[in-house]
Amino acid sequence: MRLTLHVWRQDGPNSAGKLETYPLDGIEAEMSFLEMFDVLNDKLTVEGKEPIAFGHDCREGICGSCSLMINGAAHGPWKGATTCQLHMRAFKDGDQIWVEPWRAKAFPMIRDLVVDRSSFDRIIQAGGFVSVNTGGARDANEILIGKETVDESMDAAACIGCGACVAACPNASASLFTGAKITHLGLLPQGQPERDRRALAMVEQMDLEGFGHCTLTGECQEACPKEISIDVIKRMNRDYAVASVRYAEPKEAVGAG
Amino acid sequence: MIELKSNIPAGPIDEKWDKHRFDMKLVNPANKRKYDVIVVGAGLAGASAAATMAELGYNVSCFVFHDSPRRAHSIAAQGGINAAKNYQNDGDSIQRLFYDTVKGGDFRAREANVYRLAQVSVNIIDQCVAQGVPFAREYGGLLANRSFGGAQVSRTFYARGQTGQQLLIGAYQALERQISLGKVKMHTQSEMLDVVVHEGRARGIVVRNLVNGDITAHSADAVVLATGGYGNVFFLSTNAMYSNVTASWRAHKRGAAFANPCYTQIHPTCIPVSGDHQSKLTLMSESLRNDGRVWVPKKQGDHRPASQIPDSERDYFLERKYPSFGNLAPRDIASRAAKEVCDEGRGVGPGGLGVYLDFADSIKRLGQKTISERYGNLFDMYQRITDENPYEKPMRIYPAVHYTMGGTWVDYNLMSTVPGLHVIGEANFSDHGANRLGASALMQGLADGYFVLPYTIGNYLAGVKPEKVDVDKHPAFTDAVNAVKAQTNRLLNIKGKRTVDSFHKELGKIMWDHCGMARTREGLTLALEQIPKLREEFWSNVNVPGSGATLNQSLEKAGRVADFIELGELMCRDALHREESCGGHFRVEYQEEGEALRNDDDFAYVAAWEWTGDGQPQRLHKEPLEYENVKMATRSYK
Ligand SMILES: Cc1cc2nc3c(=O)[nH]c(=O)nc-3n(C[C@H](O)[C@H](O)[C@H](O)COP(=O)(O)OP(=O)(O)OC[C@H]3O[C@@H](n4cnc5c(N)ncnc54)[C@H](O)[C@@H]3O)c2cc1C
Ligand code: SF4
Ligand code: FES
Repeated sequence: MRLTLHVWRQDGPNSAGKLETYPLDGIEAEMSFLEMFDVLNDKLTVEGKEPIAFGHDCREGICGSCSLMINGAAHGPWKGATTCQLHMRAFKDGDQIWVEPWRAKAFPMIRDLVVDRSSFDRIIQAGGFVSVNTGGARDANEILIGKETVDESMDAAACIGCGACVAACPNASASLFTGAKITHLGLLPQGQPERDRRALAMVEQMDLEGFGHCTLTGECQEACPKEISIDVIKRMNRDYAVASVRYAEPKEAVGAG
Repeated sequence: MIELKSNIPAGPIDEKWDKHRFDMKLVNPANKRKYDVIVVGAGLAGASAAATMAELGYNVSCFVFHDSPRRAHSIAAQGGINAAKNYQNDGDSIQRLFYDTVKGGDFRAREANVYRLAQVSVNIIDQCVAQGVPFAREYGGLLANRSFGGAQVSRTFYARGQTGQQLLIGAYQALERQISLGKVKMHTQSEMLDVVVHEGRARGIVVRNLVNGDITAHSADAVVLATGGYGNVFFLSTNAMYSNVTASWRAHKRGAAFANPCYTQIHPTCIPVSGDHQSKLTLMSESLRNDGRVWVPKKQGDHRPASQIPDSERDYFLERKYPSFGNLAPRDIASRAAKEVCDEGRGVGPGGLGVYLDFADSIKRLGQKTISERYGNLFDMYQRITDENPYEKPMRIYPAVHYTMGGTWVDYNLMSTVPGLHVIGEANFSDHGANRLGASALMQGLADGYFVLPYTIGNYLAGVKPEKVDVDKHPAFTDAVNAVKAQTNRLLNIKGKRTVDSFHKELGKIMWDHCGMARTREGLTLALEQIPKLREEFWSNVNVPGSGATLNQSLEKAGRVADFIELGELMCRDALHREESCGGHFRVEYQEEGEALRNDDDFAYVAAWEWTGDGQPQRLHKEPLEYENVKMATRSYK
């Protein structure tokens, strides 16, 4: 098929960016969207131009590297799929396709279609873990967890940290991402001791990073390639509210050190 | 000249590790913070090692080329992780996991390492559960298991089809916790391009910042590489696009012997290639063979749709050839069997390069809901790629490059032939011999990272004085930085006519044709003529657009492809020299009734190759393999 692509080009964080138009021929329905980009980049290289920078790695929807706004939809038109999983069957001959990066204050531009999502890592650093050191764990089967509970926890744990939720949100909020982690750990017995601390710290970090506030528009769950439900946000809000009331900073142990 | 000292502790196999832990020197807790350790890579191996060493008190710096440690290729592992827990009460034990792994590796792995792996496997599951990894469970709340190839017990733990993701998230969270505590300094989008060796010891690395192009040196008292496998030398593989050999290869050039490079694993169940545009291949997890049956039509050139081929005209070739393991025959064997039926003209789908993996019987027996609970995400993945519904039509699958058993040679302490340089995870050669069993790579990565390296590295560090280096002044560091800068400039200035990818594809084709599933003397000899020519052309005709001072994905890739070309040559040389068939290394000349024919008299050794200079053939060193606990036998899965 023949397509016309309009792709965001920007040399770096401080340069001006603009949409460039590229006509492209010989695209097959079996190609993935990123394979179509490979074809375009090869062509640009041969023409002596600079290829388009875009994030990708696993190309099977699990690493969370790929991140494109395709015709205004985060990860493109297929529901429950990442950009790398999107195939050209989704388009037809003669289509115009607009491709832009994730846009959010907390995701600064790096180049072309690549943005910096390290703010997500810092949200995890704030408390998205269970504080256990290696060694000394008791036998895994001593902790009984019902199948339903673990399944629900796994639904939230499936988040790939791609940032589509942020890109799709009119407020650029990271609530779906943060709520997913709070839910994954908060549902499990292992996550209980730090549940209050975690909710407070992660939500605060999210604000510090400059993500917007959630107004439950639900765009995030539509865009999420792992179909994580906004129930995780409700859970996060509940945990946060409870924790704000209940939690006081633990005091330094007397005589520590 | 390097010397291979395996440093396997003396004593009975089941006491070696305990005894070694007792005998090893310790760094006292107050001194640990004086030592700096660099970890390159944050996949399962690197993240678990970095977090654990930081917990122990070392100052850790961790470098990855990804934009977040959570994106390491480990994230893509689907099926599961083995452990000798015997939760199913089906006769599993450390001894059995040990035996299965040694046999699965076709008697080309080091016994002592494998035994230790089986021992610590049980701790891994405990550790991961404590971190909150949501492994699948039974209704009663206990952990669930499934079976993987090459085993007759059910010892594989899993989290849907996303086991690697969940294990990595566990390790990543432990790592992020140490970052927040200030014990790990994380450097993302930083690609290691050299190891600095000074006075015979690894003292640091040279790194290129992928965002702004800065090339800098970093020093430490020990360096750990956890940089993954090199399957992408074939261009098409199930590995993530960015997986590469550069870290290991640059270490090789600095003196680290490279072991068994030709041992590559071709995975039987991948989605077949659909055209020239193909950029990577997608694995359909081995766990599918728990419930899927593999077959082709009995007749050649039978193009009827699967549903119209009656059972009596189907050849369930794995069940027929290997009745006791059936569809769960190990990967090397299942892949060769699939290739064989396709070579006979009985393959299905475009080009006849495919066999069916059929779930109809299981869906009938267990219902679609159960099947979808077990494999739903894989079925969806398949449908998205092929536009066919595997609940209705059998999947079409074909073998693809998946994993590399070879890698940097390490001793029992996971240290390479360069003192202070340790290598863990898929990047080392240690535990899988000539063929890895399914669900054992995750086990090995986490065993190395959580339970082995953090202790063995102490043994090394206790023998050296912690020492800070001024990297801007020290000649070993400035020289290394200058060399990396020179190579970067050289790549940018060739300004030839061919894209980096075109070289990678050409190399991949040579490797697949001659160093893939079936290898011959003629083919390998031919490849050894073709690859040096390709290398020459690469260095005179590659086109790397753009500059070195910004994010430049072509430049990154060019450096990696340059290393792949050199590695490819070594792989072929290794494959040519090993005049036997074992595990994933199948030399057509050495077979018996279609099965691999090992030659234990002449080849029961690890082949460790020493770099001798640009354009020179590497020098071969042999580490003899001694089997004291498992009797070497012809592998049979019949
Ligand atoms: C599709 C797929 C499915 C799999 N499924 C299973 C399974 O079910 N069970 C199983 O046991 N195994 C499975 N495997 C194998 C297993 O996933 C890998 O062997 C394992 O995860 C490798 O882990 P690692 O930590 O050694 O390396 P990786 O996870 O590959 O991590 C490498 C790290 O090194 C970094 N790095 C590499 N080079 C450099 C450099 N030069 N500079 C800086 N950083 C660098 C990367 O950024 C990354 O962080 C699967 C593999 C594939 C391809
Ligand atoms: S919640 Fe969904 S959209 Fe947001 S980062 Fe996770 S996977 Fe991506
Ligand atoms: S490239 Fe990994 S999720 Fe798309």
